[in-house]
Amino acid sequence: MSETLQNESLATDPDTNRLERAPRRSTWSAYLHSPLGVAGGAVLVLVVLAALLAPVLAPQDPSTADLALAFHGPTTGHPLGLDSAGRDVLSRLLYGARTTLGGAGLAVAVALVLGVPTGLVAGYRGRRFDGVASWLVNLVMSLPAMIVLLASRAILGPTVWVLMLVMGVLVAPSFYRLTRGVVADVRGELYVDAARVSGLSDARIIGRHVLVVVRAPIIIQAALVGGIAIGLQAGLEFLGIGSGDTPTWGAMLNEAFQNIQRSPGLIVWPGLALGLTSASLVLVASALRDALEGAGGARRARRRPAPRTSTTPVPVPAPVPSSAGSDVPRGGLLSVRGLAVAYGTDDDAREVVHDVDLDVGPGEIVGLVGESGSGKSQTAFSVLGILPRGGHVVRGSVTVEGQEVLELDERARRTLRGRVVAYVPQEPMSNLDPTFTIGSQLAEPLRCTLGLSRRAAHARVVELLRQVEIKDPERVARLYPHEISGGMAQRVLIAGAMSGDPRLLVADEPTTALDVTVQAEVLALLRRLRDERGLGVLLVTHNLGVVADLCDRVAVMQDGRIVENGTTAQVLRRPEHPYTRRLVGAVLDDAPCREPWEPPSSAPDRTEATA
Amino acid sequence: MSTASNAPGTPLLEVHDLHVTFPGKGWRAAGREVLHGVDLDVRPGETLGLVGESGSGKTTIGRAVLGLAPIASGRVLLAGEDITDTGRRRRRALARDLQVVFQDPYTSLNPSLLVGDTLAEPLLGQGVTPRDARARVAGLLDRVGLPRDAATRLPREFSGGQRQRVAIARALAVGPRLVVCDEPVSALDLTTQETVLELLLEIQRDSGVSYLFISHDLAVVRYLSHRVAVIHDGRIVENGPTRDVVEHARDPYTRRLLLSAPVADPDEQRIRRERLAAVRGASGDVAA
Repeated sequence: MSETLQNESLATDPDTNRLERAPRRSTWSAYLHSPLGVAGGAVLVLVVLAALLAPVLAPQDPSTADLALAFHGPTTGHPLGLDSAGRDVLSRLLYGARTTLGGAGLAVAVALVLGVPTGLVAGYRGRRFDGVASWLVNLVMSLPAMIVLLASRAILGPTVWVLMLVMGVLVAPSFYRLTRGVVADVRGELYVDAARVSGLSDARIIGRHVLVVVRAPIIIQAALVGGIAIGLQAGLEFLGIGSGDTPTWGAMLNEAFQNIQRSPGLIVWPGLALGLTSASLVLVASALRDALEGAGGARRARRRPAPRTSTTPVPVPAPVPSSAGSDVPRGGLLSVRGLAVAYGTDDDAREVVHDVDLDVGPGEIVGLVGESGSGKSQTAFSVLGILPRGGHVVRGSVTVEGQEVLELDERARRTLRGRVVAYVPQEPMSNLDPTFTIGSQLAEPLRCTLGLSRRAAHARVVELLRQVEIKDPERVARLYPHEISGGMAQRVLIAGAMSGDPRLLVADEPTTALDVTVQAEVLALLRRLRDERGLGVLLVTHNLGVVADLCDRVAVMQDGRIVENGTTAQVLRRPEHPYTRRLVGAVLDDAPCREPWEPPSSAPDRTEATA
Repeated sequence: MSTASNAPGTPLLEVHDLHVTFPGKGWRAAGREVLHGVDLDVRPGETLGLVGESGSGKTTIGRAVLGLAPIASGRVLLAGEDITDTGRRRRRALARDLQVVFQDPYTSLNPSLLVGDTLAEPLLGQGVTPRDARARVAGLLDRVGLPRDAATRLPREFSGGQRQRVAIARALAVGPRLVVCDEPVSALDLTTQETVLELLLEIQRDSGVSYLFISHDLAVVRYLSHRVAVIHDGRIVENGPTRDVVEHARDPYTRRLLLSAPVADPDEQRIRRERLAAVRGASGDVAA
């Protein structure tokens, strides 16, 4: 047992080893790696400090007016000069930061208090609370914000705080919707179900599993809303709708604007303060988003960790024709020799397929088996010329009907695909476009490649659907993908693959997503197509039963290499390579049935403990 | 919990005439009944395999037992106690006896929690102090064959098989009497699947835990289960000792299901294929 385990964790698991080496970077250090984020954060800290320390830093009282000094330039006691009423600009700027930032803070706080808890409950519990809350939120969102703000000022009085309180209520829906959406997503995760089964209370589940996920988007949203609140507040005051005497940046702007002819310099300081603060909030928000999403990036990582794909296009080096294995006579339909596939650029290219030789003759079904990460799909993709981004063939030769495929340009390859080589993917549903009917999806390529008229294409589609044993093809052609079953969808895709009358079919796990009874039908269909048309099939699968059912020959892949190759009977009955032996040994077909249950001879002790 | 209910041979889990209806989407939409009166039972230390295809309702049975699916009518009893409609508090106490291993080891572990914290979760739910929980996590990791330092790592550092070991360890943490295993090996490679199945068998032998083992894969179910129940369209169509069901299936659907799964031997598979064609021809079933 422990030996097998060792093998499992070390030998067959290159992914694990790779991930272990990956450094676990904290959100905080990721944030510090963003220069703009650090700069924005620094500005913000300075502004907040200045606001907090205003009584200490301000050289004068912000409201003390000395009309004799109105519009006076900078002097020793007034480093930034004086305004139209002879008040010190620097002092007003510092005290203004208090109201401006405090007001924005108040708006964000109100929005958070109203929006986040309701969103949490609505997303987690759903049902009636969700219905009522969403209705209320829609109501608030439909209110014209500016009119509500003006009306509230008229009724509640002209103070910044009241305005910002009302604004907080008005923007609360954005927090509600954000929280509700994220929570509803997390609610469906299996690990939340597992936590419920574990007996955790709702409060604990929210604390442990839900808040972590909600935290990041809320922090970002708060930074953005803060910036908007500052801007809106300044805008209102600029229009003269604000507190009368309280020093704020908006009011300073207003005053400076009224005297722009006489002293144009006055507008600089409040403008600069507003611009810098808003800009740094946006920078902080975007740096936070990058840091948090980078740190939580693995959240979206799912099964089949595809080879690392780079976002920049990689210059694809021309494949070097290889003479490896050229002594073996090449197959009539598909012949692969010395194929190597790598991901990444020259310096850190990672080879995932090494020197693969493979042949498929006309009317022959060849299985390519292996476990996840063995490179079997990568091999199939390179035959089709559809390797994912960042992957490229580094060596080798692939010929289809004697024609070298790797040297073809994209246009010639497109002609080859469909006409000569066709592809059946693993997930039938995700390969159909939900917005078009089956008929139109199948007709489109016919009209493009064969130049058929609409009517002729439709007739051909119906004929194709009939060929894949779909009852009532006329009706199915009119259906949308969500209206058909998975097995039917796979038949439709096979029909699509057959539309160009190809000679070679590459099928990547064509039955893995299907139920066994449907799988048997699809396998029978593939067998019939082979028998009737002499179709050659390269069948990528992990299921040895499917191989036994359908394949004439089989190649076994491990870690990017073909370790064994032979007729199906030979490989499955008398495997030679140790890996093949292990694979065949893991099949449970011949394992004995478990014996019927017998009551334990003595009652287990722990029943007493739990009683 | 009376001692009588724990007598050997008395079922640990009983499900009587279970109906589950999912509410319809939208205002006053009609609900959709996915289970139409299911009866089954699991005895202490027994594995009941529940086999069916997608949409048959097999997962829903497991979720209904766990209190995760809306039960319209019927009764679920654990050790004689009715747990059909338990409140949250009682459900929490039940967690001690009833645990789960889900199919997808990638979404059943919280990606941002350390493995140690995930394993401590059910213990905390039972009121164990965080300190004691940490001490027991090491033992759990040993039990499922993972290194001790696994506790301080994140799920993304583990392969599918190792993650499933973590999920099994989480289920075992509180020493449950019944574990609902919902397709626990179907996302795994063949060789990994074998080691995880061995682990499940070994744990059952050592602790006497019962499994409700839900799967679409008859080969796996046959290997692990004392008894097999076959579910089709929300109804149990066959239920009996594994060998009886596999070798002498009475229900036509069960026969078709048994013959549909291909075996890894070309000649044997050809025979099965022909028998399947015969069964299908007899039942007038045409591919649609």
